[in-house]
Amino acid sequence: MGQVSPRAALRLPLDAARVARLRAGDQVALTGPVLGARDAAHQRMRDLLAAGKPLPFEIAGETIYYVGPSPAQPGQVIGSAGPTSSYRMDAFTPELLALGLRGMIGKGRRSRDVTRAIQSHQAVYFGAVGGAGALLARRIRKQEPVAWDDLGAEAVVRLWLKAFPAVVINDVYGGDLYDNVMGADGAGAVDE
Amino acid sequence: MREVSVTRLSAAIRDAVILANTVMTPDIQRRLEEAQNQETGPVARAVIADLLENAAIAQAEHIPMCQDTGLVVVYLTFGQDVHWVDGEVEAAINDGIRQGYREGYLRFSVVADPLRRVNTRDNTPAIVHYRLTPGEGVHVDILPKGFGAENRSRLAMLKPSDGQAGAEQFILESVRVAGPQACPPFIVGVGIGGDFERVAELAKEALLEPLDTPNPDPYLADMESRLTDAINAMGIGPQGFGGRTTLLGLRIKVGATHIAGLPVAVNMSCHSTRHLAFDL
Ligand code: SF4
Repeated sequence: MGQVSPRAALRLPLDAARVARLRAGDQVALTGPVLGARDAAHQRMRDLLAAGKPLPFEIAGETIYYVGPSPAQPGQVIGSAGPTSSYRMDAFTPELLALGLRGMIGKGRRSRDVTRAIQSHQAVYFGAVGGAGALLARRIRKQEPVAWDDLGAEAVVRLWLKAFPAVVINDVYGGDLYDNVMGADGAGAVDE
Repeated sequence: MREVSVTRLSAAIRDAVILANTVMTPDIQRRLEEAQNQETGPVARAVIADLLENAAIAQAEHIPMCQDTGLVVVYLTFGQDVHWVDGEVEAAINDGIRQGYREGYLRFSVVADPLRRVNTRDNTPAIVHYRLTPGEGVHVDILPKGFGAENRSRLAMLKPSDGQAGAEQFILESVRVAGPQACPPFIVGVGIGGDFERVAELAKEALLEPLDTPNPDPYLADMESRLTDAINAMGIGPQGFGGRTTLLGLRIKVGATHIAGLPVAVNMSCHSTRHLAFDL
Protein backbone atom coordinates (compact mmCIF):
# COMPACT_ATOMS: atom_id res chain seq x y z
CA MET A 1 0.00 0.00 0.00
CA GLY A 2 1.21 3.54 -0.81
CA GLN A 3 2.05 6.28 1.59
CA VAL A 4 -0.67 8.06 3.50
CA SER A 5 -0.05 11.26 5.39
CA PRO A 6 -0.01 11.06 9.18
CA ARG A 7 -3.06 12.09 11.15
CA ALA A 8 -2.50 14.57 13.95
CA ALA A 9 -3.53 13.17 17.33
CA LEU A 10 -6.35 15.18 18.89
CA ARG A 11 -7.62 14.68 22.44
CA LEU A 12 -11.23 14.97 23.46
CA PRO A 13 -13.04 16.70 25.05
CA LEU A 14 -12.36 19.72 22.87
CA ASP A 15 -11.98 23.26 24.12
CA ALA A 16 -11.70 26.65 22.41
CA ALA A 17 -7.91 26.47 22.18
CA ARG A 18 -7.86 22.99 20.62
CA VAL A 19 -10.58 23.90 18.14
CA ALA A 20 -8.76 27.09 17.12
CA ARG A 21 -5.78 25.04 15.94
CA LEU A 22 -7.89 23.08 13.42
CA ARG A 23 -8.31 24.04 9.76
CA ALA A 24 -10.65 22.62 7.12
CA GLY A 25 -8.87 19.71 5.42
CA ASP A 26 -6.75 18.69 8.44
CA GLN A 27 -6.58 14.96 9.08
CA VAL A 28 -6.89 14.03 12.73
CA ALA A 29 -7.05 10.94 14.93
CA LEU A 30 -9.52 11.51 17.76
CA THR A 31 -9.05 9.98 21.20
CA GLY A 32 -11.46 10.50 24.08
CA PRO A 33 -15.17 10.55 24.93
CA VAL A 34 -18.00 11.51 22.59
CA LEU A 35 -21.77 11.21 22.75
CA GLY A 36 -23.41 8.95 20.17
CA ALA A 37 -26.76 10.44 19.12
CA ARG A 38 -28.85 10.62 15.98
CA ASP A 39 -32.33 11.64 14.78
CA ALA A 40 -34.62 10.54 17.60
CA ALA A 41 -32.27 11.72 20.36
CA HIS A 42 -31.98 15.12 18.71
CA GLN A 43 -35.74 15.41 18.49
CA ARG A 44 -35.98 14.64 22.18
CA MET A 45 -33.32 17.17 23.12
CA ARG A 46 -35.22 19.82 21.23
CA ASP A 47 -38.55 18.85 22.85
CA LEU A 48 -37.05 19.13 26.34
CA LEU A 49 -35.37 22.46 25.61
CA ALA A 50 -38.58 23.82 24.05
CA ALA A 51 -40.43 22.86 27.25
CA GLY A 52 -37.81 24.73 29.29
CA LYS A 53 -36.50 21.52 30.86
CA PRO A 54 -32.85 20.58 31.37
CA LEU A 55 -31.17 17.81 29.39
CA PRO A 56 -30.26 14.67 31.38
CA PHE A 57 -26.60 15.17 30.37
CA GLU A 58 -24.26 18.13 29.95
CA ILE A 59 -23.90 19.25 26.34
CA ALA A 60 -21.32 22.03 26.87
CA GLY A 61 -17.90 20.92 25.71
CA GLU A 62 -19.22 17.71 24.16
CA THR A 63 -18.63 16.21 20.76
CA ILE A 64 -21.54 14.32 19.19
CA TYR A 65 -21.00 11.43 16.77
CA TYR A 66 -23.94 10.90 14.40
CA VAL A 67 -24.01 7.12 14.37
CA GLY A 68 -26.58 4.34 14.02
CA PRO A 69 -24.54 1.16 14.41
CA SER A 70 -25.47 -2.35 13.38
CA PRO A 71 -26.06 -4.68 16.39
CA ALA A 72 -22.97 -5.77 18.33
CA GLN A 73 -22.12 -9.46 18.28
CA PRO A 74 -21.42 -11.12 21.62
CA GLY A 75 -18.07 -9.88 22.92
CA GLN A 76 -17.95 -6.82 20.69
CA VAL A 77 -18.10 -3.24 21.96
CA ILE A 78 -20.26 -2.10 19.06
CA GLY A 79 -21.34 -3.31 15.62
CA SER A 80 -20.39 -1.65 12.37
CA ALA A 81 -20.35 2.04 13.29
CA GLY A 82 -19.75 4.49 10.45
CA PRO A 83 -21.21 8.00 10.33
CA THR A 84 -24.75 8.74 9.19
CA SER A 85 -25.67 11.78 7.03
CA SER A 86 -25.41 14.86 9.23
CA TYR A 87 -27.89 17.13 7.43
CA ARG A 88 -30.81 15.39 9.13
CA MET A 89 -29.58 16.86 12.42
CA ASP A 90 -29.19 20.40 11.03
CA ALA A 91 -32.52 21.69 12.30
CA PHE A 92 -31.48 20.90 15.89
CA THR A 93 -27.84 21.86 15.76
CA PRO A 94 -27.62 25.69 16.13
CA GLU A 95 -29.47 25.45 19.44
CA LEU A 96 -27.04 22.83 20.75
CA LEU A 97 -24.07 24.90 19.59
CA ALA A 98 -25.49 27.85 21.53
CA LEU A 99 -25.49 25.60 24.61
CA GLY A 100 -21.79 24.90 24.12
CA LEU A 101 -21.66 21.82 21.89
CA ARG A 102 -18.06 21.92 20.69
CA GLY A 103 -17.75 19.24 18.04
CA MET A 104 -19.70 17.00 15.66
CA ILE A 105 -18.67 13.96 13.63
CA GLY A 106 -20.74 12.79 10.66
CA LYS A 107 -20.76 12.72 6.88
CA GLY A 108 -21.89 15.17 4.23
CA ARG A 109 -22.74 18.81 4.06
CA ARG A 110 -24.38 20.98 6.72
CA SER A 111 -26.83 23.83 6.17
CA ARG A 112 -25.56 27.41 6.08
CA ASP A 113 -27.27 28.03 9.43
CA VAL A 114 -25.16 25.27 10.94
CA THR A 115 -21.87 26.32 9.36
CA ARG A 116 -22.44 29.91 10.52
CA ALA A 117 -23.25 28.72 14.04
CA ILE A 118 -20.12 26.52 14.04
CA GLN A 119 -18.09 29.63 13.39
CA SER A 120 -19.86 31.94 15.82
CA HIS A 121 -19.77 29.41 18.67
CA GLN A 122 -16.18 28.29 18.05
CA ALA A 123 -16.97 24.69 17.23
CA VAL A 124 -15.84 22.17 14.64
CA TYR A 125 -17.43 19.64 12.30
CA PHE A 126 -15.49 16.53 11.34
CA GLY A 127 -16.18 14.12 8.49
CA ALA A 128 -15.60 10.43 9.16
CA VAL A 129 -15.32 7.92 6.33
CA GLY A 130 -18.85 6.90 5.34
CA GLY A 131 -19.10 3.17 4.84
CA ALA A 132 -16.00 2.33 6.88
CA GLY A 133 -18.16 0.99 9.70
CA ALA A 134 -16.06 -2.09 10.47
CA LEU A 135 -12.83 -0.11 10.73
CA LEU A 136 -14.40 2.69 12.79
CA ALA A 137 -15.95 0.16 15.17
CA ARG A 138 -12.42 -0.96 16.04
CA ARG A 139 -11.58 2.60 17.03
CA ILE A 140 -14.39 2.66 19.58
CA ARG A 141 -13.07 1.08 22.75
CA LYS A 142 -15.97 1.34 25.16
CA GLN A 143 -19.68 2.06 25.12
CA GLU A 144 -22.01 3.04 28.00
CA PRO A 145 -25.64 4.09 28.13
CA VAL A 146 -26.28 7.77 28.89
CA ALA A 147 -29.97 8.48 28.38
CA TRP A 148 -33.26 7.37 26.84
CA ASP A 149 -32.85 3.61 26.64
CA ASP A 150 -36.39 3.49 25.32
CA LEU A 151 -35.06 4.80 21.98
CA GLY A 152 -33.26 1.48 21.49
CA ALA A 153 -30.61 1.79 18.80
CA GLU A 154 -31.18 5.57 18.83
CA ALA A 155 -30.54 6.05 22.57
CA VAL A 156 -27.79 8.45 23.65
CA VAL A 157 -24.59 6.56 24.46
CA ARG A 158 -21.10 7.44 25.65
CA LEU A 159 -18.43 6.21 23.26
CA TRP A 160 -14.70 6.23 23.94
CA LEU A 161 -12.72 6.77 20.76
CA LYS A 162 -9.15 5.66 20.25
CA ALA A 163 -7.28 7.12 17.24
CA PHE A 164 -10.55 7.52 15.37
CA PRO A 165 -9.76 8.91 11.88
CA ALA A 166 -11.56 12.07 10.78
CA VAL A 167 -11.10 15.12 8.57
CA VAL A 168 -11.95 18.70 9.54
CA ILE A 169 -14.81 19.90 7.31
CA ASN A 170 -15.90 23.16 9.00
CA ASP A 171 -13.53 25.19 11.17
CA VAL A 172 -13.91 28.29 13.33
CA TYR A 173 -12.54 30.51 10.57
CA GLY A 174 -15.41 29.79 8.19
CA GLY A 175 -13.35 27.24 6.27
CA ASP A 176 -15.39 24.49 4.58
CA LEU A 177 -13.60 21.56 2.96
CA TYR A 178 -16.61 20.63 0.81
CA ASP A 179 -16.85 24.21 -0.50
CA ASN A 180 -13.15 24.13 -1.31
CA VAL A 181 -13.54 20.88 -3.22
CA MET A 182 -16.94 21.27 -4.87
CA GLY A 183 -17.81 24.97 -4.75
CA ALA A 184 -20.15 26.71 -2.30
CA ASP A 185 -23.32 26.09 -4.31
CA GLY A 186 -22.16 22.73 -5.51
CA ALA A 187 -22.47 19.07 -4.90
CA GLY A 188 -24.70 17.84 -2.14
CA ALA A 189 -26.01 21.25 -1.07
CA VAL A 190 -28.64 20.67 1.60
CA ASP A 191 -30.26 24.11 1.82
CA GLU A 192 -33.54 23.95 -0.01
CA MET B 1 -40.48 -29.75 -15.26
CA ARG B 2 -38.26 -29.38 -12.22
CA GLU B 3 -39.42 -29.09 -8.65
CA VAL B 4 -37.57 -26.60 -6.49
CA SER B 5 -38.25 -26.26 -2.78
CA VAL B 6 -38.74 -22.73 -1.48
CA THR B 7 -36.86 -23.75 1.67
CA ARG B 8 -33.71 -24.02 -0.45
CA LEU B 9 -34.36 -20.53 -1.74
CA SER B 10 -34.87 -19.28 1.79
CA ALA B 11 -31.65 -20.80 3.12
CA ALA B 12 -29.63 -19.50 0.18
CA ILE B 13 -30.97 -15.99 0.66
CA ARG B 14 -30.17 -16.11 4.39
CA ASP B 15 -26.54 -16.96 3.62
CA ALA B 16 -26.34 -14.49 0.74
CA VAL B 17 -27.44 -11.42 2.71
CA ILE B 18 -24.80 -12.13 5.35
CA LEU B 19 -22.08 -12.73 2.79
CA ALA B 20 -23.00 -9.70 0.67
CA ASN B 21 -22.83 -7.40 3.68
CA THR B 22 -19.53 -8.67 5.03
CA VAL B 23 -17.43 -9.42 1.95
CA MET B 24 -16.54 -6.77 -0.63
CA THR B 25 -17.06 -7.90 -4.23
CA PRO B 26 -13.76 -8.58 -6.05
CA ASP B 27 -14.48 -6.03 -8.80
CA ILE B 28 -14.91 -3.18 -6.29
CA GLN B 29 -11.84 -4.35 -4.40
CA ARG B 30 -9.77 -4.22 -7.62
CA ARG B 31 -11.09 -0.77 -8.50
CA LEU B 32 -10.13 0.54 -5.06
CA GLU B 33 -6.66 -0.94 -5.38
CA GLU B 34 -6.23 0.73 -8.77
CA ALA B 35 -7.48 4.01 -7.32
CA GLN B 36 -4.95 3.73 -4.52
CA ASN B 37 -2.18 3.74 -7.11
CA GLN B 38 -3.62 6.68 -9.04
CA GLU B 39 -4.44 9.05 -6.20
CA THR B 40 -1.76 11.55 -5.29
CA GLY B 41 -3.42 13.61 -2.54
CA PRO B 42 -2.77 12.49 1.03
CA VAL B 43 -6.40 12.76 2.17
CA ALA B 44 -7.74 10.77 -0.79
CA ARG B 45 -5.06 8.13 -0.30
CA ALA B 46 -5.90 7.87 3.38
CA VAL B 47 -9.61 7.38 2.68
CA ILE B 48 -9.01 4.64 0.10
CA ALA B 49 -6.58 2.91 2.44
CA ASP B 50 -9.30 3.05 5.12
CA LEU B 51 -11.87 1.53 2.77
CA LEU B 52 -9.56 -1.36 1.88
CA GLU B 53 -8.69 -1.93 5.52
CA ASN B 54 -12.38 -1.72 6.38
CA ALA B 55 -13.18 -4.48 3.89
CA ALA B 56 -10.41 -6.67 5.30
CA ILE B 57 -11.66 -6.22 8.88
CA ALA B 58 -15.27 -6.87 7.89
CA GLN B 59 -14.37 -10.09 6.12
CA ALA B 60 -12.07 -11.35 8.88
CA GLU B 61 -14.46 -10.55 11.73
CA HIS B 62 -17.72 -11.29 9.91
CA ILE B 63 -19.14 -7.86 10.59
CA PRO B 64 -20.86 -5.63 8.05
CA MET B 65 -18.63 -3.34 5.97
CA CYS B 66 -21.19 -0.59 6.47
CA GLN B 67 -23.72 -0.22 9.26
CA ASP B 68 -26.42 0.63 6.71
CA THR B 69 -27.02 -2.96 5.72
CA GLY B 70 -29.73 -1.79 3.38
CA LEU B 71 -33.16 -2.52 2.04
CA VAL B 72 -32.81 -5.81 0.16
CA VAL B 73 -33.66 -5.87 -3.53
CA VAL B 74 -34.06 -9.40 -4.90
CA TYR B 75 -34.18 -10.40 -8.57
CA LEU B 76 -35.55 -13.88 -8.97
CA THR B 77 -35.12 -15.19 -12.50
CA PHE B 78 -36.53 -18.66 -13.09
CA GLY B 79 -37.43 -20.96 -15.91
CA GLN B 80 -41.06 -21.40 -16.87
CA ASP B 81 -40.64 -25.14 -16.32
CA VAL B 82 -39.81 -24.67 -12.63
CA HIS B 83 -42.44 -25.77 -10.15
CA TRP B 84 -42.01 -24.23 -6.70
CA VAL B 85 -42.94 -26.52 -3.81
CA ASP B 86 -43.11 -26.43 0.01
CA GLY B 87 -44.56 -22.96 0.34
CA GLU B 88 -44.89 -19.46 -1.05
CA VAL B 89 -41.98 -18.01 -2.94
CA GLU B 90 -42.15 -14.46 -1.64
CA ALA B 91 -42.72 -15.56 1.96
CA ALA B 92 -39.63 -17.77 1.63
CA ILE B 93 -37.55 -14.88 0.35
CA ASN B 94 -38.59 -12.76 3.32
CA ASP B 95 -37.94 -15.63 5.72
CA GLY B 96 -34.40 -15.87 4.41
CA ILE B 97 -33.87 -12.16 4.91
CA ARG B 98 -35.35 -12.27 8.42
CA GLN B 99 -33.02 -15.09 9.45
CA GLY B 100 -29.99 -13.60 7.77
CA TYR B 101 -30.42 -10.18 9.33
CA ARG B 102 -30.94 -11.67 12.80
CA GLU B 103 -28.21 -14.29 12.70
CA GLY B 104 -25.75 -12.03 10.92
CA TYR B 105 -26.20 -9.09 13.34
CA LEU B 106 -27.20 -6.87 10.44
CA ARG B 107 -29.12 -3.67 11.06
CA PHE B 108 -32.90 -3.57 10.70
CA SER B 109 -33.43 -0.62 8.40
CA VAL B 110 -36.99 -1.09 7.13
CA VAL B 111 -40.16 0.68 8.29
CA ALA B 112 -43.53 -0.82 7.40
CA ASP B 113 -45.05 2.46 6.28
CA PRO B 114 -43.29 5.53 4.89
CA LEU B 115 -45.27 8.06 6.92
CA ARG B 116 -46.00 6.24 10.17
CA ARG B 117 -42.52 4.76 10.26
CA VAL B 118 -42.64 1.73 12.53
CA ASN B 119 -39.58 -0.51 12.14
CA THR B 120 -40.47 -4.07 11.10
CA ARG B 121 -37.56 -5.33 13.26
CA ASP B 122 -36.47 -8.00 10.80
CA ASN B 123 -35.52 -5.96 7.71
CA THR B 124 -38.45 -7.30 5.68
CA PRO B 125 -40.16 -6.93 3.30
CA ALA B 126 -37.72 -7.06 0.41
CA ILE B 127 -38.33 -5.45 -2.97
CA VAL B 128 -38.74 -8.49 -5.24
CA HIS B 129 -38.60 -8.57 -9.03
CA TYR B 130 -39.58 -11.73 -10.92
CA ARG B 131 -38.45 -12.63 -14.40
CA LEU B 132 -39.36 -15.67 -16.44
CA THR B 133 -36.97 -17.42 -18.78
CA PRO B 134 -37.28 -20.60 -20.84
CA GLY B 135 -36.20 -23.84 -19.19
CA GLU B 136 -35.67 -24.99 -15.59
CA GLY B 137 -32.95 -22.72 -14.23
CA VAL B 138 -33.16 -20.51 -11.13
CA HIS B 139 -30.92 -17.47 -10.82
CA VAL B 140 -30.99 -15.03 -7.92
CA ASP B 141 -29.37 -11.61 -7.60
CA ILE B 142 -29.51 -9.76 -4.32
CA LEU B 143 -28.65 -6.11 -3.78
CA PRO B 144 -28.99 -4.80 -0.21
CA LYS B 145 -29.19 -1.08 -0.92
CA GLY B 146 -28.03 1.63 1.50
CA PHE B 147 -30.02 4.83 1.50
CA GLY B 148 -27.30 7.45 1.85
CA ALA B 149 -26.74 7.00 -1.87
CA GLU B 150 -30.28 5.89 -2.80
CA ASN B 151 -31.64 9.20 -1.49
CA ARG B 152 -29.51 11.08 -4.03
CA SER B 153 -30.91 9.24 -7.07
CA ARG B 154 -32.84 11.15 -9.78
CA LEU B 155 -35.15 10.59 -12.73
CA ALA B 156 -36.07 12.85 -15.67
CA MET B 157 -38.52 12.50 -18.53
CA LEU B 158 -36.47 14.21 -21.25
CA LYS B 159 -37.59 15.06 -24.78
CA PRO B 160 -36.38 12.94 -27.72
CA SER B 161 -34.71 16.08 -29.10
CA ASP B 162 -32.57 16.33 -25.96
CA GLY B 163 -30.78 13.30 -27.36
CA GLN B 164 -27.56 11.79 -26.15
CA ALA B 165 -26.17 15.17 -25.16
CA GLY B 166 -29.20 15.92 -22.99
CA ALA B 167 -29.04 12.51 -21.34
CA GLU B 168 -25.34 12.92 -20.59
CA GLN B 169 -25.90 16.38 -19.18
CA PHE B 170 -28.59 15.06 -16.81
CA ILE B 171 -26.36 12.17 -15.71
CA LEU B 172 -23.42 14.46 -14.98
CA GLU B 173 -25.59 16.95 -13.13
CA SER B 174 -27.08 14.15 -11.02
CA VAL B 175 -23.67 12.93 -9.95
CA ARG B 176 -22.49 16.48 -9.30
CA VAL B 177 -25.36 17.27 -6.93
CA ALA B 178 -25.26 13.88 -5.17
CA GLY B 179 -22.50 15.11 -2.91
CA PRO B 180 -20.55 13.64 -0.03
CA GLN B 181 -23.53 12.17 1.84
CA ALA B 182 -23.84 9.57 -0.94
CA CYS B 183 -20.39 8.25 0.09
CA PRO B 184 -18.15 8.70 -2.95
CA PRO B 185 -16.38 7.00 -4.67
CA PHE B 186 -19.65 6.17 -6.39
CA ILE B 187 -20.99 3.37 -8.49
CA VAL B 188 -23.64 4.78 -10.81
CA GLY B 189 -26.42 2.85 -12.50
CA VAL B 190 -28.02 4.62 -15.46
CA GLY B 191 -31.27 3.63 -17.12
CA ILE B 192 -32.35 5.15 -20.44
CA GLY B 193 -35.65 4.36 -22.14
CA GLY B 194 -38.71 2.35 -21.16
CA ASP B 195 -41.36 4.32 -19.30
CA PHE B 196 -41.52 6.03 -15.91
CA GLU B 197 -41.05 2.92 -13.76
CA ARG B 198 -39.07 0.83 -16.22
CA VAL B 199 -36.33 3.42 -16.48
CA ALA B 200 -35.76 3.29 -12.72
CA GLU B 201 -35.62 -0.50 -12.89
CA LEU B 202 -33.06 -0.31 -15.69
CA ALA B 203 -30.91 2.03 -13.61
CA LYS B 204 -30.97 -0.35 -10.66
CA GLU B 205 -30.33 -3.39 -12.86
CA ALA B 206 -27.25 -1.60 -14.20
CA LEU B 207 -25.81 -1.83 -10.67
CA LEU B 208 -25.79 -5.62 -11.00
CA GLU B 209 -23.27 -5.53 -13.85
CA PRO B 210 -19.66 -6.36 -12.94
CA LEU B 211 -17.40 -3.30 -13.06
CA ASP B 212 -14.59 -4.97 -14.93
CA THR B 213 -16.38 -6.28 -18.00
CA PRO B 214 -17.00 -3.61 -20.63
CA ASN B 215 -20.47 -2.89 -21.95
CA PRO B 216 -21.06 -5.29 -24.88
CA ASP B 217 -22.64 -2.45 -26.89
CA PRO B 218 -19.74 -0.32 -28.22
CA TYR B 219 -21.94 2.79 -28.48
CA LEU B 220 -22.83 2.53 -24.79
CA ALA B 221 -19.29 1.50 -23.83
CA ASP B 222 -18.04 4.70 -25.43
CA MET B 223 -20.65 6.79 -23.60
CA GLU B 224 -19.75 5.11 -20.30
CA SER B 225 -16.07 5.84 -20.68
CA ARG B 226 -16.67 9.49 -21.57
CA LEU B 227 -18.99 9.96 -18.59
CA THR B 228 -16.51 8.20 -16.32
CA ASP B 229 -13.73 10.59 -17.32
CA ALA B 230 -15.98 13.63 -16.93
CA ILE B 231 -17.09 12.54 -13.45
CA ASN B 232 -13.57 11.81 -12.24
CA ALA B 233 -12.52 15.22 -13.56
CA MET B 234 -15.03 16.85 -11.17
CA GLY B 235 -12.46 16.43 -8.39
CA ILE B 236 -15.03 15.43 -5.73
CA GLY B 237 -12.82 12.51 -4.72
CA PRO B 238 -13.26 9.87 -2.02
CA GLN B 239 -15.83 11.11 0.54
CA GLY B 240 -15.93 14.51 -1.18
CA PHE B 241 -12.59 15.38 0.42
CA GLY B 242 -11.11 16.00 -3.06
CA GLY B 243 -9.21 13.71 -5.42
CA ARG B 244 -9.31 11.85 -8.71
CA THR B 245 -11.45 8.94 -7.65
CA THR B 246 -15.06 10.10 -7.69
CA LEU B 247 -16.32 7.06 -9.56
CA LEU B 248 -15.55 3.34 -9.33
CA GLY B 249 -17.90 2.41 -12.14
CA LEU B 250 -20.78 3.61 -14.30
CA ARG B 251 -23.06 1.31 -16.25
CA ILE B 252 -25.84 2.15 -18.69
CA LYS B 253 -28.82 -0.06 -19.53
CA VAL B 254 -31.23 0.92 -22.26
CA GLY B 255 -34.71 -0.21 -23.19
CA ALA B 256 -37.28 0.42 -25.89
CA THR B 257 -39.36 3.52 -25.29
CA HIS B 258 -42.23 5.58 -26.75
CA ILE B 259 -41.72 7.78 -29.84
CA ALA B 260 -42.44 10.85 -27.69
CA GLY B 261 -40.13 10.08 -24.76
CA LEU B 262 -36.58 9.88 -23.48
CA PRO B 263 -36.70 8.79 -19.82
CA VAL B 264 -33.37 8.85 -17.95
CA ALA B 265 -32.77 7.56 -14.41
CA VAL B 266 -29.62 7.77 -12.33
CA ASN B 267 -29.44 5.34 -9.42
CA MET B 268 -26.65 6.41 -7.11
CA SER B 269 -24.70 3.78 -5.25
CA CYS B 270 -21.56 3.81 -3.17
CA HIS B 271 -18.27 1.94 -2.72
CA SER B 272 -20.29 -0.33 -0.42
CA THR B 273 -22.48 -1.65 -3.25
CA ARG B 274 -23.34 -5.17 -2.19
CA HIS B 275 -24.31 -7.54 -4.95
CA LEU B 276 -24.33 -11.28 -4.87
CA ALA B 277 -25.63 -13.75 -7.44
CA PHE B 278 -26.22 -17.47 -7.23
CA ASP B 279 -28.03 -20.30 -9.02
CA LEU B 280 -30.26 -22.93 -7.47
S1 SF4 C 1 -24.11 5.38 1.11
FE1 SF4 C 1 -23.22 3.29 1.07
S2 SF4 C 1 -21.30 3.39 2.21
FE2 SF4 C 1 -22.49 5.24 2.66
S3 SF4 C 1 -23.56 4.78 4.55
FE3 SF4 C 1 -24.94 4.28 2.86
S4 SF4 C 1 -24.57 2.12 2.36
FE4 SF4 C 1 -22.89 2.83 3.65
